[in-house]
Amino acid sequence: MTFQLPDTSPIARRLFLLALTGGAVMPAAAQFRVEISGVGLTQIPVAIAGFRGEAQSPVKISAVIQADLERSGRFKLVDATGMALDESSRVDLPLWRQRGADALASGSVTRMSDGRFEVRFRLWDVVRGQDLGGQVYTVPAGDLRLVSHRSADFIYEKLTGERGVFSTRIAYVTKGGRQHTLWVADADGENAQVALASPEPIISPAWSPGGDQLAYVSFEARKPVVYIHEVATGRRRLLANFRGSNSAPAWSPDGRQIVLTLSRDGGSQLYVMDVNGGEPRRLTQSQGIDTEAAFSPDGRSIYFVSDRGGAPQVYRMPAGGGAAERVTFSGTYNISPAVSPDGRWLAYVTRVNGAFKLQVMELASGTVTAITDTTADESPSFAPNSRLIVYATQNQGREALMTTTLDGKIKARLAGQDGDIREPSWGPFPK
Amino acid sequence: MNKGWLALALVACLAGCSSGVKLDQPPVEDKTGVEVTAGTGASPGAASGVTSVNLGKGGLDGVGPGGPSIVYFDFDSYVVKPEYQSVVENQAKYLRADTKRKAMLEGHTDERGGREYNLALGQRRSEAVAKALVLLGVSAGQVEAVSFGKEKPAVEGSGEEAWAKNRRVEVKYR
Repeated sequence: MTFQLPDTSPIARRLFLLALTGGAVMPAAAQFRVEISGVGLTQIPVAIAGFRGEAQSPVKISAVIQADLERSGRFKLVDATGMALDESSRVDLPLWRQRGADALASGSVTRMSDGRFEVRFRLWDVVRGQDLGGQVYTVPAGDLRLVSHRSADFIYEKLTGERGVFSTRIAYVTKGGRQHTLWVADADGENAQVALASPEPIISPAWSPGGDQLAYVSFEARKPVVYIHEVATGRRRLLANFRGSNSAPAWSPDGRQIVLTLSRDGGSQLYVMDVNGGEPRRLTQSQGIDTEAAFSPDGRSIYFVSDRGGAPQVYRMPAGGGAAERVTFSGTYNISPAVSPDGRWLAYVTRVNGAFKLQVMELASGTVTAITDTTADESPSFAPNSRLIVYATQNQGREALMTTTLDGKIKARLAGQDGDIREPSWGPFPK
Repeated sequence: MNKGWLALALVACLAGCSSGVKLDQPPVEDKTGVEVTAGTGASPGAASGVTSVNLGKGGLDGVGPGGPSIVYFDFDSYVVKPEYQSVVENQAKYLRADTKRKAMLEGHTDERGGREYNLALGQRRSEAVAKALVLLGVSAGQVEAVSFGKEKPAVEGSGEEAWAKNRRVEVKYR
């Protein structure tokens, strides 16, 4: 099924949604669309009416909410164009039932005398004829996007029973000319702000569990060095600048430790450090490469990449070090493991015939699914509700950050920078 | 002071470069940490942009004070090939002659594969060159093996010709 948002939406022009379909070809003219394939995909039909006063608002709130809900893959948008509604309207339930909506949200945005905006909305269960509540926000213009995402989170949670991730943030890196830039953006790719600009490469950004800091590898000292960067203040400090290379930082779930790759004793091996620095403790003792650590959400295990068996594969070991067991078995090149926050899924990148493909493994069963049809997938990172993955790839010859549902059925290209874009890291829920 | 002006200029550039970041936006009222300060002005974030101004000053076209300074590698290989043995020997001679001299051995890979895994592969190459230099009598403390992975290709582009030029270790003197 295909839904098209009004062309007038700024989101519509920037957000490009697509889904894996059974060989479906998309017309080039479509700038914003969702294609949903497969039977058994349960999506809640929801109508988001235009907010009253939206034409005078710098952000078209209903469009942000619609795009958020659609990108999540959990909803089917029901057309609500031309319906004059707000949060206090008496809703014509039979009409919306007839249109196929299970739920309806509408609201208003008003500019106040002090220049701030008041945003109100309400959500209805159309089937049961029930008022599901609403919210009111009073914010400066710069936060209209944020409250739109919060509203989408409210709707998502009321209708699915799970927490939404629309008001979370994503960090990523761009390269333009000789400039390398670390960005922090909203989860839809909008509102990107520079966290670090450098003439040397930046790789492997990783959010602290508290969502206030990023660890990353910077080459500004002409070698890879790990920094910790406080996002709100721009304050940063060296974590690891040992002899040789320092890379691949991974936060423990309690935020107290960082596991990283050091070559200070020869070879690339895993070490653990206190987040405040100090002496690293070696975790692996292999002749090969051990790198790209990722903690399990319970903090008890570390997934990592090792070529100890002759080719890079994903392994798992106790967080304190010790015997490692192999986790990936198909293929000869499996890298960049990411564990879902609910602990059920492992995303990683495999090489097949020279193509690099995002894979998702159900950890309990070991079942692996390839969920993209692109060939240059990199750096998967889970949304904090474990429902979406952001990854870097090349799409129609252009670098892009994409989000995908875990079944690969709904994909969205994130808005944002043109050019070389990479290394996405999805931040935690806001505290 | 020259350096001061340079730092100032870079700060100015950073400020200018981030003009698309809506710095004039009012701060986020909700205190859940949504605001991101860009690396501008006197914030420490800006200092990061200042550090590496002189990249690549040592040696043109892979020729440093110790003569030719680049060792190329085969795909998926860390073996110093016989044709580059002379590069290693000349660098060893140079380092033995001046034991206060220190060299960075910078390993690189071609563009294929993951960034972190390639970083580890480049490290393997630079450590292979370090080992070869030490075998030729260079003190281990004179060389540091590091890696740039695939982040700093010598040649942009895809295909075996570019890849072969990018699988390398550069000997850099600072």
